[in-house]
Amino acid sequence: MSSNQKITPNRKHVLDLDDFSKSEIDNLLHSATVMKEVLNRDIKKVPSLRGKVILTLFLEASTRTRVSFEEAGKLLSADVINISGSGSSAEKGESLLNTALTLQAMRADLIIIRHPLSGAPYFVARHLDHTSVVNAGDGRHAHPTQGLLDLMTIYEKIGSLNDKKVLIVGDVLHSRVARSNIHGLQAAGAEIIISGPPTLVPLWLQSNDKDSPITYQPNLDVAIQGTDVVMALRLQTERQASGMLPSIREYTRRWQVTENRMVSANNSAIIMHPGPLNEGIEISSSLAHSEVAAINEQVTNGVALRMALLYQLLTFNSESTEELAI
Amino acid sequence: MNNLRPVLIKGARVINPSTSLDSQGDILIVDGKILSCEANITPPDDTMLIEANGMVACPGFIDIHTHLREPGREDKETIESGQKAAAKGGFTTITCMPNTEPAIDNAPVAEFINKKAQDSGIISTLLVGAVSKGRQGIELSEMEELANSGVVAFSDDGSPVATGHLMQMALTYSKELLNSLSGNYGLPIIDHCEDYSLTHGLGVHEGWVADRLGLLGYPSAGEEAIVARDIALAELTGGHFHAAHVSSQGSIDLIRQAKLRGIKVTAEVTPHHLTMSEEWVMGIHGESKPSHPLSLKAYDPMAKVSPPLRSIADQKALVSALREGIIDCIATDHAPHTFSDKAQPFDEAAVGISVLETAFGSLMSLVHSGQLELHTLIHRLTLAPIQVLGLSNLGLGNISVGSIADVVLFDPELQWEVNPNDFLSKGKNTPLAGEVLKGKVKLTIAKGRIVFDSENKMLDVRNSFA
Repeated sequence: MSSNQKITPNRKHVLDLDDFSKSEIDNLLHSATVMKEVLNRDIKKVPSLRGKVILTLFLEASTRTRVSFEEAGKLLSADVINISGSGSSAEKGESLLNTALTLQAMRADLIIIRHPLSGAPYFVARHLDHTSVVNAGDGRHAHPTQGLLDLMTIYEKIGSLNDKKVLIVGDVLHSRVARSNIHGLQAAGAEIIISGPPTLVPLWLQSNDKDSPITYQPNLDVAIQGTDVVMALRLQTERQASGMLPSIREYTRRWQVTENRMVSANNSAIIMHPGPLNEGIEISSSLAHSEVAAINEQVTNGVALRMALLYQLLTFNSESTEELAI
Repeated sequence: MNNLRPVLIKGARVINPSTSLDSQGDILIVDGKILSCEANITPPDDTMLIEANGMVACPGFIDIHTHLREPGREDKETIESGQKAAAKGGFTTITCMPNTEPAIDNAPVAEFINKKAQDSGIISTLLVGAVSKGRQGIELSEMEELANSGVVAFSDDGSPVATGHLMQMALTYSKELLNSLSGNYGLPIIDHCEDYSLTHGLGVHEGWVADRLGLLGYPSAGEEAIVARDIALAELTGGHFHAAHVSSQGSIDLIRQAKLRGIKVTAEVTPHHLTMSEEWVMGIHGESKPSHPLSLKAYDPMAKVSPPLRSIADQKALVSALREGIIDCIATDHAPHTFSDKAQPFDEAAVGISVLETAFGSLMSLVHSGQLELHTLIHRLTLAPIQVLGLSNLGLGNISVGSIADVVLFDPELQWEVNPNDFLSKGKNTPLAGEVLKGKVKLTIAKGRIVFDSENKMLDVRNSFA
């Protein structure tokens, strides 16, 4: 690092990206590139967070996000303890509040929470005095580390987002990834376009209201023109059963990102997906495995980004970030 | 009653909507009745004198929508704790909604609550019976027997009347029933208007706030669809449909048109829908915008209520409709809950607000900001609700000579901070904790007894006066 300046001065929690400034994001992503270099070493482990206790409280199914946080914490030498929905006291009827207070009483330094209900990390953070809270995905609301790793990937692939067009395609209504990415992309100065079934896009965004920073274009062939980044969102197949979609077939016909459609995007455009991918639904199989797909890079960056974030949060009131040059 | 000392309220601004009275004067209460109401009354011997300079005296407030939780959930509220909270809020009549456990769907439950209410005896407690057995939305309850037990209206509140057919039958059957309190025929059907297929379990208005929070919204249409259904059925049957806790501009328009066409429809609005908006769910008590970052106050479970707090435009339309009389009256929808019912992530938190003790103070903000005249506010809290229930001949909501001495004395200018720990209600669930309100109830007299005195907290009614 070039200075003693904190990456995220006095930040205690990471609940969403809505309270991140551009400079805070840039500093964090810079730190993540340092971490990525550590991650690419033969011997990856560094002692930075030795003696710190990180709990992952995942009350909703997840593999990649939990493993990514766990790997990040362990590479920094923190003790990482995983608590999942099954086998935990949540299954015995303990309230989320009591679970959180118990974990704080065990002197956890940081809790990483994934929860099926929007706002659960805010609820936990509101009731804890000493423990930092990181949101690893809450209901339909937010997934801030996904938003950050997506930004990191975009910067690596295409550079600055000023005056660049980012298209988000799919089930925006239920997508915490979309909501967090919108905050991050706005902070980075991108123009945001949304496409997807009108039943799966919030009504107020479709009105193209003056307060809305986003353009909605239901026709993907139009929306994709001249874009620099295409982000496809995961489609939950139960949306068809609940009457929100005529069929997966019709969805695929209208909103699948394909090589043909990518022809109208900019030459250097990349395609992203937060995973897990329903191959052949959101993105055509051949496109998903082509070189414009940044999907695997997103996963690697996820570990690096989470290392940077954990490091920052767990050293925020101690020494400077100089020692980051590990 | 005959053992009560006379009470003289001296030098108050007396507002009595039924006689359009608004002037300085005294009120003399003897034997539980208003003996006289004029300037410079000379009190009889042994009179309790209350100096009321700078205060307003008016009829005790009447709430036609109160959740008392007894029997079934006495941990949330009992009839006695509800009555005490009401007295502190200036209410001298409350109306127990039927979603107790068991529901008020048969005479023994009604009689149990009546007896408990009389034993507690702080203020008057009216009853609403269930429309359907067990509030299940399938078979009509034994409505005539309930009416004989003193039930003044029917509702499946907490839930809507489940089907159009059931609502049609309820409106048709109830219009021929004798109201055992007033001696008149016809009892209203109070409907909690909600189309579950559009709304179920959603505590936030459909709009940008809901989306910002990643919560599924309850659109105004979810209420309006059932308001429209019920108006059509009231027209078809000639029955009386009363819309509970109206929250949207669209509902107001439907009710306005129905009234113009002479359909028997009335409506109520809550203090919170008049004074709060969807932003409160974000923990923001005023205007906001999508780019505003959320704080740790976001997802405030205390602001979760059904119907949800709606837009600022809806809120303003509700105040106008109340002023014009399109919406007839104010009702609290007092919904007390325990700490743990509310200490949950938003989607799992219980629905409702403990309102009785903050209702008047929060409503006074409409008067202080010039949106509502004081005499209109008092009318909508006293005479109007009793008219909605068709009980005008009981001498309630009125401080004319000879009527029941239900009187509230308040200081319109006094500022106070809401501290839920001071609530007499068991339900401490309010989004107003820490807010400063301007306007406070100082004294409540029910049937001639002082049942709340802000200087003495609660007088022990039974020991002092029995």
